[in-house]
Amino acid sequence: MYKYDSYDQTIVDTRVEEFREQVERRLSGELSEDQFKPLRLMNGLYLQLHAYMLRVAIPYGTLDARQMRMLAHVARTYDKGYGHFTTRQNIQFNWIELKDTPDILAELATVEMHAIQTSGNCIRNISSDQFAGAAADEVTDPRPWAELLRQWSTFHPEFSYLPRKFKICVIAADEDRAAMRLHDIGIQLTRNEAGDVGAAVYVGGGMGRTPMIAPLIKDFVPIDDLLSYVEACLRVYNRYGRRDNIYKARIKILIHEIGADSYRQQVEDEWAHVKTLGLDPPRAEFERIAGFFAPPAYDSAAPDTIDRSDPDFALWVDQNVKPHKQPGYAIATISLKPVGGIPGDATAAQIDLMADLAERYSFDELRVTHAQNIVLPYVRKADLHALWQALDGAGLATANLDLISDIIACPGLDYCSLANARSIPLAQKIANRFASMERQRDLGELKLKISGCINACGHHHAGHIGILGVDKRGAENYQLLLGGSGAEDASLGNITGPGFDEDGIVDAIERTVETYRAVRTDGERFLDTYRRVGIAPFKEAIYG
Amino acid sequence: MADPLRYRTDAAHEEPAVTLDAFLGQTNATAVRLESDEDARALIPHLDRLALIEVSFPGFRDGRGYSAGRILREAGYTGELRAQGDVLVDQIALMRRCGFDSLVPDKPLDAAAVARALSRYDAVYQKAADGRPPIWALRHG
Ligand code: HEM
Ligand code: SF4
Repeated sequence: MYKYDSYDQTIVDTRVEEFREQVERRLSGELSEDQFKPLRLMNGLYLQLHAYMLRVAIPYGTLDARQMRMLAHVARTYDKGYGHFTTRQNIQFNWIELKDTPDILAELATVEMHAIQTSGNCIRNISSDQFAGAAADEVTDPRPWAELLRQWSTFHPEFSYLPRKFKICVIAADEDRAAMRLHDIGIQLTRNEAGDVGAAVYVGGGMGRTPMIAPLIKDFVPIDDLLSYVEACLRVYNRYGRRDNIYKARIKILIHEIGADSYRQQVEDEWAHVKTLGLDPPRAEFERIAGFFAPPAYDSAAPDTIDRSDPDFALWVDQNVKPHKQPGYAIATISLKPVGGIPGDATAAQIDLMADLAERYSFDELRVTHAQNIVLPYVRKADLHALWQALDGAGLATANLDLISDIIACPGLDYCSLANARSIPLAQKIANRFASMERQRDLGELKLKISGCINACGHHHAGHIGILGVDKRGAENYQLLLGGSGAEDASLGNITGPGFDEDGIVDAIERTVETYRAVRTDGERFLDTYRRVGIAPFKEAIYG
Repeated sequence: MADPLRYRTDAAHEEPAVTLDAFLGQTNATAVRLESDEDARALIPHLDRLALIEVSFPGFRDGRGYSAGRILREAGYTGELRAQGDVLVDQIALMRRCGFDSLVPDKPLDAAAVARALSRYDAVYQKAADGRPPIWALRHG
């Protein structure tokens, strides 16, 4: 894992002091809320329905036990004893007091964490593949590049007042576990025929009210030029992105309006110039960073088999454990979606326990996934059973990864001032309806995603089944979408028809999955059945 | 107009800035004002006769001027580069990094706050238009 040097630490410490002064000016009345708002937003502090919410960055979703314990400490000391892991691989604390925020940030800084650029119209936390460094299918570890981008984007002087927020994702495998093409810039590291690493760059994806899948803008950027290429992409956006209408200000709209070819040409022209400015760090800097992500000290004698004699354990292994690049090791996903729970929430005690388990079984490393789960990336197969037992004792062993109850849900009307409808109680209702694990396994991979309004924080456009909360003459109403995907086969869901009330939407989902069961071929996923037969049979079953 | 906060040693330029259209239509103006939606690159052929370029920041959220500033410096402009408009204390360090060496805020700024804002961060991560070496260069000296 990356470790700060004195430069990195000084920047984060300085930021804490700057924010402390800003909060003091607000508390003394020197700053009005209007004047304070853009300042707090630059530091991840939102005003929600009932309290302040603080969003803490977890760069590319990677953290160690010490950092995880600090999150537990913040949850316990300054919040109501829990935290909420988000679809952007961050964590949010929902019950924060303004006067405490400088102290919270100071405590976070002691473990190399911050809330810099977790909101505002700037380059946000860089996201990545939660299996980076461990996945059997990766070309290289994407995280050194993500860290390079993190540093480059921190307080970027030209790109701190963009037309709108800007999200960058870096992956390095063909299987896309990070919804890369739904980012403003999605980078997939690849190798060319000569074996050199480079980047395929997709620009202009995003969700929100106008969802778009990013088109490929350049198929191979030599890796040493990556920062200057991204700089050129951003400069064209900063100059020409729309600023007249906040709903049309994302880069996806610019590219949609001028066309990918025209955008590509403008970036090429800009890059030809930018490349001459010496903005790209030398190889030595990349190597310094990459050194922190060297493989852990694997036990080369670790047995490569798993004792599956405990049937409950075997079910968990089948669902939540994935292949590792190192023989004898596996990647374990800890589900934060117990049936009836709040998707992505974890208590301080659970966060502490996951930290302990990471130390004991995963070379002191954890990952946050965009599906709001936690990953232990380096577990010896021989340790999986002991790990599972420890998780089970804390309600953390739900074997539902990528099943219908592994729901992504935004905070919705329980917290969010923009919401039309509640997301969390609906997620709980759906999980309860499908509580039978046998039934869930029979339905197979089924990604269900819920947003409480058109802003799409819950990725509903990218759900195999998506749910969107709308306001229908003052009442909460839910629209159903089918056929979305945030993976390598990215697609946007289609709305089935008129919306439903809270019970109606659960019934509609039930009819949808029963239709799937009736028409699927052997081993066919829900998404593939939908793509084969189209929306008609589902509509018929739901409304017919 | 208030006196600009200047970070240059030469004498302030006296000639009023003309609009971009007016500037491109005549040959003798030496000061020009660029609105935030105008293309800084239109000035590049004329930089050697310009002594002052004033870039408008109509609202602090409108960040186009940062690109304009850097583009002009990258093209070799060495005259006065002025940020005018909704210039707040929380933006001035970024403006300085993008090559602005004179500031004309709509609302006067507290001198002590300005000094603090400009000296707060010892080091920066990226190369920009102010000549400061990025941290990666310091690391690999
Ligand atoms: C409760 C406070 C929140 C507020 C006020 C808020 C606000 C918004 C808004 C206004 C957008 C639309 C932006 C656009 O279309 O340009 C958005 C998008 C988004 N938010 Fe949130 N959000 C909140 C919480 C969250 C949480 C908890 C998560 C993660 C679980 C999240 C993840 C996202 C994502 C992934 C998007 C879509 C990004 C895209 O369009 O590409 N947000 N949010
Ligand atoms: S999708 Fe809407 S309701 Fe949900 S968190 Fe985002 S802004 Fe709030």
